[in-house]
Amino acid sequence: MGLAEASATLPDVLQVGGVSVALGGRKILDDVSFTIGAGEFTGLIGPNGAGKTTLLRVILGLQRATAGTVAVLGQPRSRRNPSIGYVPQKVLLDSDLPMRARDLVALGMDGHRFGMPLPSRQRSEAVREMLHAVDADRFADARVGNLSGGEQQRVLIAHALISRPRLLLLDEPLANLDLRSGQEIISLLARIATSQHVAVLLSAHEMNPLLPVMDRVVYLAAGRAASGPADQVIQADVLSKLYGHHVDVLHVHGRVLVVAGTEDGEGADLTADHALEAG
Amino acid sequence: MHQLWTWVFEPGFFSSAPVRVAAVTGGVAAVVSAVTGVFTVMRGQSFGGHALGDVSAAGGSGALLVGLNPLLGFVGLGIIGAGVMDTIGVRRVRGRDLATGIVLGAAIGLSALFLYLTSVSGATTGAPAQILFGSIFTITSATIPAVVILSVIAVASIAAVWRPLLLSSVSPDLAAARGVPVRLVGLLYMLALAVSVGLSSLAVGAILSTALLIGPAATALRLTRTVGWALAVACLLGAGATWLGILLAYDSYYWSAAHQGLPVSFFIVAVIFAGYLFSGFPAARAAAGRRDAAVPPPASPAHEKIAA
Repeated sequence: MGLAEASATLPDVLQVGGVSVALGGRKILDDVSFTIGAGEFTGLIGPNGAGKTTLLRVILGLQRATAGTVAVLGQPRSRRNPSIGYVPQKVLLDSDLPMRARDLVALGMDGHRFGMPLPSRQRSEAVREMLHAVDADRFADARVGNLSGGEQQRVLIAHALISRPRLLLLDEPLANLDLRSGQEIISLLARIATSQHVAVLLSAHEMNPLLPVMDRVVYLAAGRAASGPADQVIQADVLSKLYGHHVDVLHVHGRVLVVAGTEDGEGADLTADHALEAG
Repeated sequence: MHQLWTWVFEPGFFSSAPVRVAAVTGGVAAVVSAVTGVFTVMRGQSFGGHALGDVSAAGGSGALLVGLNPLLGFVGLGIIGAGVMDTIGVRRVRGRDLATGIVLGAAIGLSALFLYLTSVSGATTGAPAQILFGSIFTITSATIPAVVILSVIAVASIAAVWRPLLLSSVSPDLAAARGVPVRLVGLLYMLALAVSVGLSSLAVGAILSTALLIGPAATALRLTRTVGWALAVACLLGAGATWLGILLAYDSYYWSAAHQGLPVSFFIVAVIFAGYLFSGFPAARAAAGRRDAAVPPPASPAHEKIAA
Protein backbone atom coordinates (compact mmCIF):
# COMPACT_ATOMS: atom_id res chain seq x y z
CA MET A 1 0.00 0.00 0.00
CA GLY A 2 2.90 2.33 0.57
CA LEU A 3 0.98 4.04 3.39
CA ALA A 4 3.94 3.78 5.76
CA GLU A 5 6.26 5.85 3.63
CA ALA A 6 3.48 8.29 2.69
CA SER A 7 2.73 9.09 6.31
CA ALA A 8 6.34 10.09 6.86
CA THR A 9 5.87 13.21 4.75
CA LEU A 10 2.81 15.06 3.45
CA PRO A 11 0.44 12.58 1.83
CA ASP A 12 0.28 12.69 -1.93
CA VAL A 13 -2.70 14.63 -3.23
CA LEU A 14 -3.72 11.71 -5.39
CA GLN A 15 -2.77 8.05 -5.36
CA VAL A 16 -4.15 5.86 -8.10
CA GLY A 17 -3.30 2.21 -7.49
CA GLY A 18 -3.89 -0.55 -10.01
CA VAL A 19 -7.15 0.88 -11.35
CA SER A 20 -8.88 -1.21 -13.99
CA VAL A 21 -12.22 -0.50 -15.62
CA ALA A 22 -14.12 -2.86 -17.87
CA LEU A 23 -17.28 -1.72 -19.62
CA GLY A 24 -19.37 -4.26 -21.44
CA GLY A 25 -16.56 -6.80 -21.45
CA ARG A 26 -14.11 -4.30 -22.98
CA LYS A 27 -11.12 -3.21 -20.92
CA ILE A 28 -11.04 0.59 -20.86
CA LEU A 29 -8.34 0.92 -18.19
CA ASP A 30 -5.82 -1.78 -17.34
CA ASP A 31 -3.92 -1.61 -14.05
CA VAL A 32 -3.29 2.15 -14.04
CA SER A 33 -1.12 3.46 -11.19
CA PHE A 34 0.40 6.87 -10.52
CA THR A 35 0.65 9.51 -7.82
CA ILE A 36 0.42 13.29 -7.85
CA GLY A 37 2.15 15.43 -5.25
CA ALA A 38 0.92 18.72 -3.82
CA GLY A 39 0.97 21.59 -6.29
CA GLU A 40 2.22 19.45 -9.17
CA PHE A 41 1.18 20.07 -12.75
CA THR A 42 0.48 16.74 -14.44
CA GLY A 43 -0.53 16.17 -18.03
CA LEU A 44 -2.76 13.17 -18.76
CA ILE A 45 -1.74 12.55 -22.33
CA GLY A 46 -3.00 10.04 -24.81
CA PRO A 47 -4.76 9.62 -28.13
CA ASN A 48 -8.55 9.86 -28.36
CA GLY A 49 -10.22 6.82 -26.87
CA ALA A 50 -7.27 5.93 -24.63
CA GLY A 51 -9.45 6.14 -21.51
CA LYS A 52 -8.57 9.64 -20.27
CA THR A 53 -12.15 10.68 -19.48
CA THR A 54 -12.90 7.34 -17.83
CA LEU A 55 -9.82 7.71 -15.60
CA LEU A 56 -10.88 11.22 -14.55
CA ARG A 57 -14.39 9.97 -13.79
CA VAL A 58 -12.99 7.18 -11.64
CA ILE A 59 -10.94 9.71 -9.69
CA LEU A 60 -14.09 11.83 -9.25
CA GLY A 61 -16.12 8.85 -8.08
CA LEU A 62 -18.54 9.12 -11.01
CA GLN A 63 -17.36 5.82 -12.45
CA ARG A 64 -16.82 2.62 -10.49
CA ALA A 65 -13.48 0.88 -10.99
CA THR A 66 -13.49 -2.88 -11.54
CA ALA A 67 -10.29 -3.11 -9.53
CA GLY A 68 -7.80 -0.85 -7.79
CA THR A 69 -7.88 2.03 -5.33
CA VAL A 70 -8.02 5.81 -5.48
CA ALA A 71 -6.90 7.84 -2.47
CA VAL A 72 -7.23 11.61 -2.20
CA LEU A 73 -4.97 13.27 0.39
CA GLY A 74 -4.26 9.82 1.82
CA GLN A 75 -7.96 9.08 2.39
CA PRO A 76 -10.08 6.68 0.36
CA ARG A 77 -12.08 8.79 -2.05
CA SER A 78 -15.59 9.69 -0.89
CA ARG A 79 -18.62 10.43 -3.06
CA ARG A 80 -18.49 14.19 -2.76
CA ASN A 81 -14.97 15.30 -2.23
CA PRO A 82 -14.48 19.03 -1.72
CA SER A 83 -10.74 18.50 -2.23
CA ILE A 84 -11.31 17.92 -5.95
CA GLY A 85 -12.34 20.58 -8.45
CA TYR A 86 -13.50 19.49 -11.89
CA VAL A 87 -13.85 21.08 -15.31
CA PRO A 88 -15.70 18.60 -17.54
CA GLN A 89 -15.17 18.21 -21.24
CA LYS A 90 -17.40 20.34 -23.47
CA VAL A 91 -19.82 22.07 -21.12
CA LEU A 92 -22.37 23.46 -23.55
CA LEU A 93 -23.56 26.81 -22.24
CA ASP A 94 -26.55 28.06 -24.20
CA SER A 95 -26.67 31.72 -25.10
CA ASP A 96 -30.14 31.97 -23.54
CA LEU A 97 -28.95 30.59 -20.20
CA PRO A 98 -29.93 33.32 -17.70
CA MET A 99 -26.67 33.24 -15.84
CA ARG A 100 -23.76 35.65 -15.57
CA ALA A 101 -20.19 34.49 -15.20
CA ARG A 102 -20.29 35.46 -11.52
CA ASP A 103 -23.45 33.39 -10.92
CA LEU A 104 -21.84 30.26 -12.32
CA VAL A 105 -18.74 30.80 -10.20
CA ALA A 106 -20.91 31.27 -7.10
CA LEU A 107 -22.55 27.89 -7.77
CA GLY A 108 -19.08 26.36 -7.49
CA MET A 109 -19.07 27.41 -3.85
CA ASP A 110 -22.49 26.18 -2.72
CA GLY A 111 -24.22 24.55 -5.71
CA HIS A 112 -24.58 21.29 -3.80
CA ARG A 113 -26.42 22.91 -0.88
CA PHE A 114 -30.17 22.80 -0.64
CA GLY A 115 -32.33 25.88 -0.48
CA MET A 116 -31.79 29.30 -2.02
CA PRO A 117 -28.67 31.37 -1.40
CA LEU A 118 -28.96 34.41 0.82
CA PRO A 119 -27.28 37.51 -0.49
CA SER A 120 -23.98 37.69 1.32
CA ARG A 121 -21.15 40.16 1.04
CA GLN A 122 -18.66 37.44 1.88
CA ARG A 123 -20.00 35.23 -0.91
CA SER A 124 -19.88 37.92 -3.58
CA GLU A 125 -16.44 39.03 -2.42
CA ALA A 126 -15.10 35.48 -2.75
CA VAL A 127 -16.59 35.28 -6.25
CA ARG A 128 -15.03 38.61 -7.20
CA GLU A 129 -11.62 37.48 -5.97
CA MET A 130 -11.82 34.21 -7.88
CA LEU A 131 -12.90 35.94 -11.10
CA HIS A 132 -9.92 38.25 -10.69
CA ALA A 133 -7.58 35.28 -10.17
CA VAL A 134 -8.53 33.86 -13.57
CA ASP A 135 -8.53 37.28 -15.33
CA ALA A 136 -12.27 37.20 -15.82
CA ASP A 137 -13.16 40.57 -14.22
CA ARG A 138 -13.94 42.04 -17.65
CA PHE A 139 -16.82 39.70 -18.37
CA ALA A 140 -18.02 38.97 -14.85
CA ASP A 141 -21.48 40.34 -15.66
CA ALA A 142 -21.82 38.91 -19.17
CA ARG A 143 -24.06 35.94 -19.87
CA VAL A 144 -21.88 32.84 -19.82
CA GLY A 145 -23.47 31.57 -23.05
CA ASN A 146 -22.25 34.65 -24.93
CA LEU A 147 -18.60 34.27 -23.90
CA SER A 148 -15.93 32.83 -26.18
CA GLY A 149 -14.58 29.33 -25.59
CA GLY A 150 -11.49 30.60 -23.78
CA GLU A 151 -13.52 32.95 -21.61
CA GLN A 152 -15.91 30.12 -20.71
CA GLN A 153 -12.94 27.96 -19.72
CA ARG A 154 -11.77 30.68 -17.33
CA VAL A 155 -15.22 30.88 -15.75
CA LEU A 156 -15.40 27.09 -15.40
CA ILE A 157 -11.92 27.03 -13.84
CA ALA A 158 -13.02 29.70 -11.37
CA HIS A 159 -16.16 27.63 -10.67
CA ALA A 160 -13.96 24.61 -9.90
CA LEU A 161 -11.42 26.53 -7.82
CA ILE A 162 -13.69 28.56 -5.57
CA SER A 163 -14.27 25.66 -3.20
CA ARG A 164 -10.49 25.71 -2.62
CA PRO A 165 -9.72 22.17 -3.82
CA ARG A 166 -6.23 20.63 -3.49
CA LEU A 167 -6.57 18.89 -6.84
CA LEU A 168 -8.01 20.33 -10.04
CA LEU A 169 -9.07 17.92 -12.80
CA LEU A 170 -9.60 19.27 -16.31
CA ASP A 171 -10.91 17.11 -19.14
CA GLU A 172 -9.56 18.27 -22.52
CA PRO A 173 -9.79 21.97 -21.67
CA LEU A 174 -7.79 22.84 -24.77
CA ALA A 175 -9.97 21.02 -27.33
CA ASN A 176 -12.04 23.62 -29.22
CA LEU A 177 -9.69 26.46 -28.24
CA ASP A 178 -7.51 28.32 -30.71
CA LEU A 179 -3.76 28.14 -30.10
CA ARG A 180 -3.47 31.49 -28.35
CA SER A 181 -6.43 30.95 -26.00
CA GLY A 182 -5.03 27.51 -25.25
CA GLN A 183 -1.64 28.97 -24.33
CA GLU A 184 -3.33 31.53 -22.09
CA ILE A 185 -5.28 28.84 -20.26
CA ILE A 186 -2.12 26.76 -19.76
CA SER A 187 -0.11 29.62 -18.32
CA LEU A 188 -3.07 30.57 -16.12
CA LEU A 189 -3.25 27.02 -14.77
CA ALA A 190 0.51 26.86 -14.21
CA ARG A 191 0.32 30.13 -12.29
CA ILE A 192 -2.60 28.91 -10.19
CA ALA A 193 -0.91 25.59 -9.43
CA THR A 194 1.99 27.52 -7.91
CA SER A 195 0.23 30.46 -6.28
CA GLN A 196 -2.72 28.56 -4.81
CA HIS A 197 -0.83 25.32 -4.26
CA VAL A 198 -3.33 23.29 -6.24
CA ALA A 199 -2.25 20.14 -8.03
CA VAL A 200 -3.45 20.13 -11.64
CA LEU A 201 -4.29 17.03 -13.65
CA LEU A 202 -5.13 18.04 -17.19
CA SER A 203 -6.05 15.66 -20.00
CA ALA A 204 -5.04 16.43 -23.56
CA HIS A 205 -4.33 14.55 -26.76
CA GLU A 206 -1.69 17.10 -27.73
CA MET A 207 1.26 17.35 -25.32
CA ASN A 208 3.47 19.97 -26.90
CA PRO A 209 1.82 23.11 -25.45
CA LEU A 210 2.10 21.48 -22.01
CA LEU A 211 5.78 20.49 -22.15
CA PRO A 212 7.10 23.75 -20.64
CA VAL A 213 4.80 23.58 -17.58
CA MET A 214 4.35 19.86 -16.88
CA ASP A 215 6.06 18.50 -13.76
CA ARG A 216 5.17 15.03 -14.84
CA VAL A 217 3.18 13.19 -17.45
CA VAL A 218 0.78 10.29 -17.24
CA TYR A 219 0.75 8.79 -20.71
CA LEU A 220 -2.27 6.65 -21.48
CA ALA A 221 -2.47 4.33 -24.48
CA ALA A 222 -4.66 1.29 -25.01
CA GLY A 223 -5.85 1.56 -21.38
CA ARG A 224 -2.32 1.26 -19.95
CA ALA A 225 -0.39 4.09 -18.33
CA ALA A 226 3.21 5.17 -17.83
CA SER A 227 4.01 8.07 -15.54
CA GLY A 228 6.99 10.16 -14.56
CA PRO A 229 8.89 13.21 -15.77
CA ALA A 230 8.10 13.92 -19.41
CA ASP A 231 11.64 13.23 -20.71
CA GLN A 232 11.61 9.79 -19.11
CA VAL A 233 8.12 8.76 -20.24
CA ILE A 234 8.10 10.13 -23.77
CA GLN A 235 10.61 7.55 -24.98
CA ALA A 236 10.24 5.14 -27.87
CA ASP A 237 10.71 2.03 -25.74
CA VAL A 238 8.30 3.12 -22.98
CA LEU A 239 5.55 4.16 -25.36
CA SER A 240 6.03 1.15 -27.65
CA LYS A 241 5.31 -1.06 -24.64
CA LEU A 242 2.14 0.90 -23.87
CA TYR A 243 0.82 0.89 -27.40
CA GLY A 244 1.76 -2.75 -27.82
CA HIS A 245 3.48 -2.02 -31.11
CA HIS A 246 6.52 -0.05 -32.19
CA VAL A 247 6.30 3.73 -32.07
CA ASP A 248 8.98 6.34 -32.67
CA VAL A 249 9.41 9.54 -30.72
CA LEU A 250 10.67 12.29 -32.97
CA HIS A 251 11.95 15.72 -32.01
CA VAL A 252 11.18 18.23 -34.74
CA HIS A 253 11.84 21.95 -34.26
CA GLY A 254 11.50 21.62 -30.49
CA ARG A 255 8.31 19.63 -30.79
CA VAL A 256 7.82 16.05 -29.74
CA LEU A 257 5.98 13.75 -32.09
CA VAL A 258 4.82 10.23 -31.36
CA VAL A 259 4.74 8.33 -34.61
CA ALA A 260 3.75 4.74 -35.27
CA GLY A 261 6.64 3.31 -37.26
CA THR A 262 6.51 0.06 -39.16
CA GLU A 263 9.18 -2.57 -38.56
CA ASP A 264 10.56 -2.46 -42.07
CA GLY A 265 10.65 1.31 -42.14
CA GLU A 266 8.17 1.50 -45.00
CA GLY A 267 7.07 4.85 -43.74
CA ALA A 268 5.34 6.31 -40.73
CA ASP A 269 1.72 6.35 -39.69
CA LEU A 270 0.57 9.28 -37.63
CA THR A 271 -1.17 7.76 -34.63
CA ALA A 272 -1.84 10.70 -32.43
CA ASP A 273 -3.33 14.03 -33.35
CA HIS A 274 -0.28 15.89 -32.15
CA ALA A 275 1.75 14.45 -34.97
CA LEU A 276 -0.24 16.71 -37.27
CA GLU A 277 1.22 19.76 -35.57
CA ALA A 278 4.59 19.20 -37.21
CA GLY A 279 4.39 21.84 -39.96
CA MET B 1 -62.60 58.95 -18.62
CA HIS B 2 -65.44 56.95 -17.15
CA GLN B 3 -66.40 55.94 -20.66
CA LEU B 4 -62.92 54.61 -21.36
CA TRP B 5 -63.02 52.72 -18.07
CA THR B 6 -66.29 51.01 -18.88
CA TRP B 7 -65.06 50.35 -22.40
CA VAL B 8 -62.04 48.51 -21.06
CA PHE B 9 -63.83 46.85 -18.17
CA GLU B 10 -67.32 45.95 -19.33
CA PRO B 11 -70.05 46.23 -16.64
CA GLY B 12 -70.00 43.64 -13.91
CA PHE B 13 -66.37 42.56 -14.44
CA PHE B 14 -65.21 43.23 -10.89
CA SER B 15 -68.36 42.07 -9.14
CA SER B 16 -68.59 38.78 -11.07
CA ALA B 17 -67.84 35.82 -8.83
CA PRO B 18 -66.66 33.56 -11.70
CA VAL B 19 -64.26 36.30 -12.79
CA ARG B 20 -62.83 36.61 -9.30
CA VAL B 21 -62.34 32.86 -8.90
CA ALA B 22 -60.84 32.70 -12.38
CA ALA B 23 -58.45 35.56 -11.61
CA VAL B 24 -57.22 33.87 -8.42
CA THR B 25 -56.83 30.33 -9.79
CA GLY B 26 -55.51 31.56 -13.13
CA GLY B 27 -53.03 33.91 -11.48
CA VAL B 28 -51.76 31.25 -9.09
CA ALA B 29 -51.46 28.67 -11.88
CA ALA B 30 -49.60 31.18 -14.04
CA VAL B 31 -47.10 31.99 -11.30
CA VAL B 32 -46.36 28.33 -10.52
CA SER B 33 -46.05 27.55 -14.22
CA ALA B 34 -43.65 30.46 -14.68
CA VAL B 35 -41.42 29.25 -11.85
CA THR B 36 -41.19 25.67 -13.11
CA GLY B 37 -41.23 26.88 -16.72
CA VAL B 38 -37.96 28.79 -16.34
CA PHE B 39 -36.24 25.52 -15.41
CA THR B 40 -38.13 23.61 -18.11
CA VAL B 41 -36.77 25.95 -20.76
CA MET B 42 -33.26 25.92 -19.28
CA ARG B 43 -33.26 22.13 -19.21
CA GLY B 44 -34.72 21.88 -22.70
CA GLN B 45 -37.67 19.82 -21.51
CA SER B 46 -40.55 21.67 -23.17
CA PHE B 47 -41.59 18.51 -24.96
CA GLY B 48 -41.61 16.65 -21.64
CA GLY B 49 -43.78 19.42 -20.18
CA HIS B 50 -46.18 18.98 -23.05
CA ALA B 51 -46.33 15.22 -22.53
CA LEU B 52 -47.26 15.84 -18.90
CA GLY B 53 -50.07 18.05 -20.19
CA ASP B 54 -51.41 15.11 -22.16
CA VAL B 55 -51.10 12.91 -19.09
CA SER B 56 -53.08 15.53 -17.19
CA ALA B 57 -55.73 15.39 -19.90
CA ALA B 58 -56.10 11.65 -19.34
CA GLY B 59 -56.27 12.21 -15.57
CA GLY B 60 -58.80 15.03 -15.86
CA SER B 61 -61.08 13.15 -18.20
CA GLY B 62 -60.83 10.04 -16.05
CA ALA B 63 -61.77 12.05 -12.97
CA LEU B 64 -64.72 13.55 -14.81
CA LEU B 65 -65.87 10.10 -15.86
CA VAL B 66 -66.00 8.79 -12.30
CA GLY B 67 -67.36 12.04 -10.92
CA LEU B 68 -64.27 13.41 -9.18
CA ASN B 69 -62.90 16.95 -9.29
CA PRO B 70 -60.85 17.23 -12.51
CA LEU B 71 -58.00 18.93 -10.58
CA LEU B 72 -57.49 15.70 -8.65
CA GLY B 73 -57.14 13.79 -11.91
CA PHE B 74 -54.92 16.42 -13.55
CA VAL B 75 -52.41 16.42 -10.71
CA GLY B 76 -52.73 12.79 -9.64
CA LEU B 77 -52.09 11.19 -13.00
CA GLY B 78 -49.53 13.91 -13.84
CA ILE B 79 -47.42 12.87 -10.85
CA ILE B 80 -47.63 9.21 -11.90
CA GLY B 81 -46.70 10.20 -15.45
CA ALA B 82 -43.70 12.18 -14.19
CA GLY B 83 -42.53 9.13 -12.26
CA VAL B 84 -42.90 6.90 -15.29
CA MET B 85 -41.01 9.35 -17.51
CA ASP B 86 -38.21 9.54 -14.95
CA THR B 87 -38.01 5.75 -14.80
CA ILE B 88 -37.83 5.40 -18.58
CA GLY B 89 -35.09 7.98 -18.55
CA VAL B 90 -35.68 11.71 -18.89
CA ARG B 91 -32.07 12.37 -17.95
CA ARG B 92 -30.40 11.39 -21.18
CA VAL B 93 -31.52 13.28 -24.24
CA ARG B 94 -32.33 10.19 -26.28
CA GLY B 95 -34.01 8.45 -23.38
CA ARG B 96 -35.94 11.63 -22.72
CA ASP B 97 -37.21 11.82 -26.25
CA LEU B 98 -38.28 8.21 -26.02
CA ALA B 99 -39.92 8.54 -22.59
CA THR B 100 -41.81 11.60 -23.74
CA GLY B 101 -43.09 10.01 -26.91
CA ILE B 102 -44.22 6.80 -25.25
CA VAL B 103 -45.95 8.49 -22.31
CA LEU B 104 -47.56 11.11 -24.54
CA GLY B 105 -49.02 8.53 -26.89
CA ALA B 106 -50.42 6.38 -24.09
CA ALA B 107 -51.92 9.43 -22.39
CA ILE B 108 -53.72 10.70 -25.46
CA GLY B 109 -55.12 7.22 -26.03
CA LEU B 110 -56.48 7.13 -22.49
CA SER B 111 -57.97 10.60 -22.90
CA ALA B 112 -59.75 9.46 -26.05
CA LEU B 113 -61.23 6.51 -24.17
CA PHE B 114 -62.30 8.47 -21.09
CA LEU B 115 -63.76 11.37 -23.03
CA TYR B 116 -65.70 8.96 -25.27
CA LEU B 117 -67.14 7.13 -22.26
CA THR B 118 -68.03 10.44 -20.61
CA SER B 119 -69.85 11.72 -23.68
CA VAL B 120 -71.68 8.39 -24.12
CA SER B 121 -72.85 8.43 -20.52
CA GLY B 122 -74.19 11.89 -21.23
CA ALA B 123 -73.33 13.09 -17.74
CA THR B 124 -71.45 16.16 -18.84
CA THR B 125 -71.79 18.03 -22.08
CA GLY B 126 -68.72 19.75 -23.41
CA ALA B 127 -66.38 17.57 -21.37
CA PRO B 128 -63.72 17.28 -24.09
CA ALA B 129 -63.50 21.05 -24.50
CA GLN B 130 -63.41 21.59 -20.74
CA ILE B 131 -60.58 19.11 -20.17
CA LEU B 132 -58.49 19.82 -23.25
CA PHE B 133 -58.98 23.57 -23.62
CA GLY B 134 -60.07 24.67 -20.17
CA SER B 135 -63.08 26.51 -18.84
CA ILE B 136 -61.73 28.82 -16.18
CA PHE B 137 -65.09 30.56 -15.59
CA THR B 138 -66.70 27.32 -14.43
CA ILE B 139 -64.23 26.78 -11.54
CA THR B 140 -65.95 27.09 -8.18
CA SER B 141 -64.45 28.90 -5.21
CA ALA B 142 -64.38 25.58 -3.33
CA THR B 143 -61.42 24.60 -5.51
CA ILE B 144 -59.28 27.57 -4.43
CA PRO B 145 -57.81 26.03 -1.24
CA ALA B 146 -56.63 22.96 -3.16
CA VAL B 147 -55.12 25.19 -5.84
CA VAL B 148 -53.24 27.24 -3.25
CA ILE B 149 -51.96 24.21 -1.34
CA LEU B 150 -50.70 22.52 -4.51
CA SER B 151 -49.00 25.75 -5.61
CA VAL B 152 -47.20 26.11 -2.31
CA ILE B 153 -46.01 22.49 -2.54
CA ALA B 154 -44.70 22.96 -6.09
CA VAL B 155 -42.94 26.27 -5.43
CA ALA B 156 -41.51 25.06 -2.12
CA SER B 157 -40.08 21.96 -3.83
CA ILE B 158 -38.32 24.11 -6.42
CA ALA B 159 -37.02 26.47 -3.73
CA ALA B 160 -35.75 23.55 -1.65
CA VAL B 161 -33.51 22.25 -4.43
CA TRP B 162 -32.85 25.65 -5.99
CA ARG B 163 -29.05 25.55 -6.21
CA PRO B 164 -28.58 21.85 -7.06
CA LEU B 165 -31.37 22.14 -9.64
CA LEU B 166 -29.77 25.21 -11.17
CA LEU B 167 -26.35 23.58 -11.32
CA SER B 168 -27.63 20.32 -12.79
CA SER B 169 -29.66 22.30 -15.33
CA VAL B 170 -26.47 24.07 -16.44
CA SER B 171 -24.45 20.86 -16.60
CA PRO B 172 -25.27 17.47 -15.04
CA ASP B 173 -21.53 16.70 -15.09
CA LEU B 174 -20.62 19.75 -13.03
CA ALA B 175 -23.41 18.98 -10.58
CA ALA B 176 -22.50 15.31 -10.22
CA ALA B 177 -18.86 16.24 -9.56
CA ARG B 178 -20.04 18.53 -6.74
CA GLY B 179 -21.86 15.59 -5.20
CA VAL B 180 -25.34 16.74 -6.23
CA PRO B 181 -27.78 13.79 -6.37
CA VAL B 182 -28.63 14.75 -9.95
CA ARG B 183 -31.24 12.04 -10.41
CA LEU B 184 -33.10 12.82 -7.18
CA VAL B 185 -33.10 16.55 -7.90
CA GLY B 186 -34.37 15.86 -11.41
CA LEU B 187 -37.17 13.68 -10.07
CA LEU B 188 -38.24 16.34 -7.58
CA TYR B 189 -38.30 18.89 -10.38
CA MET B 190 -40.41 16.54 -12.53
CA LEU B 191 -42.93 16.18 -9.68
CA ALA B 192 -43.14 19.97 -9.25
CA LEU B 193 -43.59 20.20 -13.01
CA ALA B 194 -46.44 17.69 -12.88
CA VAL B 195 -48.22 19.72 -10.20
CA SER B 196 -47.79 22.97 -12.10
CA VAL B 197 -49.01 21.39 -15.34
CA GLY B 198 -52.03 20.07 -13.45
CA LEU B 199 -52.80 23.57 -12.17
CA SER B 200 -52.49 25.18 -15.57
CA SER B 201 -54.61 22.38 -17.05
CA LEU B 202 -57.34 23.60 -14.75
CA ALA B 203 -56.82 27.18 -15.90
CA VAL B 204 -56.28 26.91 -19.66
CA GLY B 205 -56.86 23.23 -20.38
CA ALA B 206 -54.50 20.29 -20.50
CA ILE B 207 -53.46 20.77 -24.12
CA LEU B 208 -52.79 24.49 -23.68
CA SER B 209 -50.93 24.11 -20.38
CA THR B 210 -47.69 24.03 -22.39
CA ALA B 211 -48.31 27.62 -23.47
CA LEU B 212 -48.54 28.83 -19.88
CA LEU B 213 -45.49 26.77 -18.93
CA ILE B 214 -43.15 27.71 -21.77
CA GLY B 215 -44.35 31.06 -23.13
CA PRO B 216 -43.74 33.42 -20.19
CA ALA B 217 -40.51 31.61 -19.23
CA ALA B 218 -39.07 31.68 -22.75
CA THR B 219 -39.96 35.36 -23.07
CA ALA B 220 -38.35 36.15 -19.72
CA LEU B 221 -35.15 34.29 -20.65
CA ARG B 222 -34.86 36.51 -23.71
CA LEU B 223 -35.08 39.65 -21.64
CA THR B 224 -33.04 38.96 -18.50
CA ARG B 225 -29.52 37.98 -17.50
CA THR B 226 -30.04 36.24 -14.16
CA VAL B 227 -32.33 33.45 -13.05
CA GLY B 228 -33.85 35.62 -10.31
CA TRP B 229 -34.92 38.28 -12.78
CA ALA B 230 -36.07 35.66 -15.29
CA LEU B 231 -38.33 34.22 -12.60
CA ALA B 232 -39.75 37.60 -11.62
CA VAL B 233 -40.41 38.61 -15.23
CA ALA B 234 -41.90 35.20 -16.10
CA CYS B 235 -44.29 35.40 -13.14
CA LEU B 236 -45.39 38.91 -14.09
CA LEU B 237 -45.84 37.97 -17.74
CA GLY B 238 -47.73 34.78 -16.92
CA ALA B 239 -50.10 36.38 -14.42
CA GLY B 240 -50.47 39.48 -16.60
CA ALA B 241 -51.33 37.43 -19.69
CA THR B 242 -53.81 35.36 -17.71
CA TRP B 243 -55.60 38.37 -16.28
CA LEU B 244 -55.60 40.20 -19.59
CA GLY B 245 -56.98 37.08 -21.26
CA ILE B 246 -59.74 36.82 -18.68
CA LEU B 247 -60.63 40.49 -19.23
CA LEU B 248 -60.68 40.14 -23.02
CA ALA B 249 -62.81 37.01 -22.83
CA TYR B 250 -65.23 38.74 -20.48
CA ASP B 251 -65.41 41.76 -22.75
CA SER B 252 -65.81 39.62 -25.88
CA TYR B 253 -69.32 38.84 -24.70
CA TYR B 254 -70.22 42.43 -25.55
CA TRP B 255 -68.33 42.59 -28.87
CA SER B 256 -70.95 40.84 -30.97
CA ALA B 257 -74.65 41.60 -31.06
CA ALA B 258 -75.37 37.94 -30.45
CA HIS B 259 -73.50 38.16 -27.11
CA GLN B 260 -71.36 35.17 -27.87
CA GLY B 261 -68.33 35.19 -25.56
CA LEU B 262 -65.06 33.75 -26.89
CA PRO B 263 -62.94 31.20 -24.97
CA VAL B 264 -60.63 32.54 -22.26
CA SER B 265 -57.90 30.05 -23.08
CA PHE B 266 -57.60 31.44 -26.57
CA PHE B 267 -57.07 34.97 -25.28
CA ILE B 268 -54.53 33.93 -22.63
CA VAL B 269 -52.48 31.97 -25.12
CA ALA B 270 -52.77 34.74 -27.73
CA VAL B 271 -51.43 37.33 -25.26
CA ILE B 272 -48.54 35.02 -24.28
CA PHE B 273 -47.67 34.42 -27.91
CA ALA B 274 -47.78 38.12 -28.73
CA GLY B 275 -45.52 38.82 -25.77
CA TYR B 276 -43.00 36.28 -27.00
CA LEU B 277 -43.01 37.82 -30.48
CA PHE B 278 -42.52 41.34 -29.16
CA SER B 279 -39.69 40.24 -26.87
CA GLY B 280 -37.88 39.18 -30.05
CA PHE B 281 -37.23 42.80 -31.00
CA PRO B 282 -34.95 43.73 -28.08
CA ALA B 283 -33.42 40.24 -28.17
CA ALA B 284 -32.66 40.52 -31.88
CA ARG B 285 -31.13 43.96 -31.39
CA ALA B 286 -28.95 42.62 -28.59
CA ALA B 287 -27.88 39.75 -30.85
CA ALA B 288 -27.03 42.19 -33.64
CA GLY B 289 -24.98 44.20 -31.16
CA ARG B 290 -23.10 41.08 -30.18
CA ARG B 291 -22.37 40.28 -33.81
CA ASP B 292 -21.01 43.80 -34.23
CA ALA B 293 -18.72 43.15 -31.31
CA ALA B 294 -17.48 40.12 -33.28
CA VAL B 295 -18.42 37.61 -30.66
CA PRO B 296 -19.92 34.68 -32.55
CA PRO B 297 -23.14 33.61 -30.80
CA PRO B 298 -22.94 29.86 -30.30
CA ALA B 299 -26.04 28.57 -32.07
CA SER B 300 -27.12 25.41 -30.36
CA PRO B 301 -30.75 24.37 -30.01
CA ALA B 302 -31.88 24.28 -26.41
CA HIS B 303 -32.76 20.60 -26.47
CA GLU B 304 -29.16 19.63 -27.22
CA LYS B 305 -27.82 21.31 -24.14
CA ILE B 306 -27.58 18.23 -21.95
CA ALA B 307 -26.27 16.17 -24.83
CA ALA B 308 -22.57 16.45 -24.02
